[in-house]
Amino acid sequence: MSNFFEKSDLSRNDAESIISDTLQKCDDGELYLENSKSESILLDDNKIKNSSYSSDLGFGFRAISDEIVAYSHSNEISKNSLKQSSENLKSTLKSAKGVYNHEIPKSNKKYYENINPIDQKTLNEKIEILNNVNKYLRTKDNNVKQVTANFLGEQKSIEIIRSGGETLTDIRPLIRFNVTVMLEKNGRKETGVYGIGGRNSYDSYLKDDNWKNVCDEALRIASVNLESKPAPAGEMKVVLGPGWPAILIHEAVGHGLEGDFNRKKTSAFHDLMGQKVASEGVTIVDDGTIDNRRGSLTIDDEGTPTEKTVLIENGILKNFMQDRLNARLMKTRSTGSGRRENYRHIVLPRMRNTMMLNGNHTQDEMIKSVDKGIFAVSFGGGQVDITSGKFVFNCTEAYEIINGKIGSPIKGATLIGDGPSILKEVSMVGNDMMLDPGIGTCGKAGQGVPVGVAQPSILINKMTVGGTKL
Amino acid sequence: MIKNQEYLLEKASYCLDLAKKLGAKDSTVIVSNSISESVNFRNKKLDESNRSDNLAIGITTYIGKKKSSISSSNLLKENLDTLIEKCIETTKNTPEDEFNSLPDKDLLAKEIKDLNLYDDTHIKNENKIEYLEKLEASATSDKKIVNTESSFTEDKSNFILANSDGFSKGYKSSSFTASSVIVAKDDQSMERDYEYTSKCHLQDINGAEELGKSAAEQTIKKLSPKKIGSEKIAIIFDKRIAKGILSTFAGAISSSAISRGTSFLKDQINKKIFSDEIDIFDKPDILKGLGSRSFDSEGVKTNTLKLVEQGVLKHYLIDTYNGKKLNLKSNGRCGGTSNLYFDNGNISYKDLLNSNPRCLYITETIGHGSNIVTGDYSVGANGFLIENGDFKYPINEITIAGNFKDMFKNITLANDLEFKYATNSPTMMIEGMVVAGK
Repeated sequence: MSNFFEKSDLSRNDAESIISDTLQKCDDGELYLENSKSESILLDDNKIKNSSYSSDLGFGFRAISDEIVAYSHSNEISKNSLKQSSENLKSTLKSAKGVYNHEIPKSNKKYYENINPIDQKTLNEKIEILNNVNKYLRTKDNNVKQVTANFLGEQKSIEIIRSGGETLTDIRPLIRFNVTVMLEKNGRKETGVYGIGGRNSYDSYLKDDNWKNVCDEALRIASVNLESKPAPAGEMKVVLGPGWPAILIHEAVGHGLEGDFNRKKTSAFHDLMGQKVASEGVTIVDDGTIDNRRGSLTIDDEGTPTEKTVLIENGILKNFMQDRLNARLMKTRSTGSGRRENYRHIVLPRMRNTMMLNGNHTQDEMIKSVDKGIFAVSFGGGQVDITSGKFVFNCTEAYEIINGKIGSPIKGATLIGDGPSILKEVSMVGNDMMLDPGIGTCGKAGQGVPVGVAQPSILINKMTVGGTKL
Repeated sequence: MIKNQEYLLEKASYCLDLAKKLGAKDSTVIVSNSISESVNFRNKKLDESNRSDNLAIGITTYIGKKKSSISSSNLLKENLDTLIEKCIETTKNTPEDEFNSLPDKDLLAKEIKDLNLYDDTHIKNENKIEYLEKLEASATSDKKIVNTESSFTEDKSNFILANSDGFSKGYKSSSFTASSVIVAKDDQSMERDYEYTSKCHLQDINGAEELGKSAAEQTIKKLSPKKIGSEKIAIIFDKRIAKGILSTFAGAISSSAISRGTSFLKDQINKKIFSDEIDIFDKPDILKGLGSRSFDSEGVKTNTLKLVEQGVLKHYLIDTYNGKKLNLKSNGRCGGTSNLYFDNGNISYKDLLNSNPRCLYITETIGHGSNIVTGDYSVGANGFLIENGDFKYPINEITIAGNFKDMFKNITLANDLEFKYATNSPTMMIEGMVVAGK
């Protein structure tokens, strides 16, 4: 556990009294302290290109009055620095006349261990695996022209001190292992990317030479793309594979169900609570409580324990994801979804692990039912325009479907759809739900946070495929 | 107040000295401080105030051909001691790479030109609020506007870059940025658009009324969009989208992508990749330029480069490491381009709109659909249908796709270049792209 006051002229008592004094007429607020350690080791072009280590320390002081948020952050944990922040907050909220809400739910559940993954494996061991990855891939296929592999490891310690001195803490491990391979054959180049990770030690993901499976998958995707032909252009049926393709759910409906956009009425979903927004059989939850998942959190960045929040149940819109601010203004409770990238940023309602639950169809049934369409197995990034509801994502592995059969692979194309209507176009939900491999980062308002997704295979009646073949 | 040069210099020297004492043969350090103060408005009321004070230090140590780096926001001596020790230890355990080295001494910047990048003016939050009140008043004159979010940000920063070859330079810079995001609604649809202004000097930013009015007009124009069919059609990219195509080009000629062989522009030096009329510049010494700099992030001096001349690729963007790999000298582009722009084309904006009886005018793209390995491009888009030079109606939920190799050869530029961002393009037309819609 980090002791944030150990090497500072600021004592915990000083801090507590500055906090209570600053927040006395505010509705909410806290001091958030963070100490993170992270490492990055990168193999690229046959060499260890980069080995770096970073330590980041700082605080963010937040005061909220009605709808107004005042925030100040600094790297210097000192009396002066905290007092200056306090003055900044007070000058913004001169006319505050709220009553501080001391209530915050408690839970003893933890979803990951207090470990520092960086220290649990030596640099030499990590370098050895990266070199093995390089050797393995280049030996396995002569067309391999480039291999990039990297380890990212992090331990983040946070402490939240609320007015009155209530203190909440969390220690969060996070790792990621990634392989990118580029193939070249007859002058054509294509890449394949695969990665794994979560809130656990490196070894829990890499045991039994599991790095080989990551390599094989990256190589398989690149090989498929080497044979791909131009993607079709226009509206057609789309079958999505299980697991990572659930970023469609994340983009298409997840963001639109975050509390802030709905309080501000800028989300296409803001007036649809209790209404049918998806086909029958479609249930979507956002769950922060799955052990060791990338998007899981013991407490959110306001100190609220996370939970499994039902967003859409059997097609009906049930809940938005809330932080404390938006919950208070919308007269509901926080769902433990208040998150921030780090102490430099304000809290926003964000997703954790967003999942569509199982239905009772098989992927085979879906493929067989399609005369002309595409089968999308893996994606790169996605993006959504909350207001118009339009969202996109980029296929990194997809095939055409002709007369109920999977055909040739097609080149990476963008798929575009309309968030509020897409779930009504889901005509079959599969029984093969899978979690993603632990690689997602979600961006919102310039802040990236780790997230997870999951879904079974699904059949969508129509989406626009952005290929080049008319 | 942001930390002065003396403070940053003292930290930098301390780190270089300690690294040397602990066994680093070479080392480089960057120390920086930035302070940012912003005020956000929503629906004509104060919504958020934000002050951030960031300290950062980054150290890279070399022992022979071994290299490693650390970074931290904690500049206390004790922490620096621990980190530098760790950095040296890691360096020793990292395999050699023959191309690792500090930049050639004779390429380092000898002097710093005064590019007028710093405006000392401090604008109080009360004055930021005044600006935003005016902005939002002018943005909300139409009943269709249902939400406005505007912000005003003042940034000040200072840094020192130093290395064990005696390089030690840095300078202050500032920026003042105002933006407004508007949501408008009618029976058919809800749409969002924005306007933005950012300058090094306060006096140069756009007026509040002008900004609000422009953001509101652009948003209202987007209401009740239609979806069109799939077809091959000429596409006109608004300046704010056209600059993104220039950024993709810059990514594809970075020496790292070239040396790794992962760029569709590999081996294209001195070859024609654009049409005859295209010239592309990267000019680091524009006074008050948003991308201006006196040296790159390794301390190498930066000169203006004519990257593309009459359609022919003349330079890659080269840093020390990848330069050595490619057997080329660094041209001061570690960290990327400075003020990058397409030179003006020969025809007016109006003539560009009229050059096809029917075309699409794109004002927004979404998704990350640029692949620099293959040159494939496919993104979601919205904008307007243009017939005989007139804006007919807004369109959305379409994708546009092509391959940069073909797209580059089919670019026509208008003569309306302005320096609004660090990377800038005149309005751009590309013929022969595929639109996917209904």
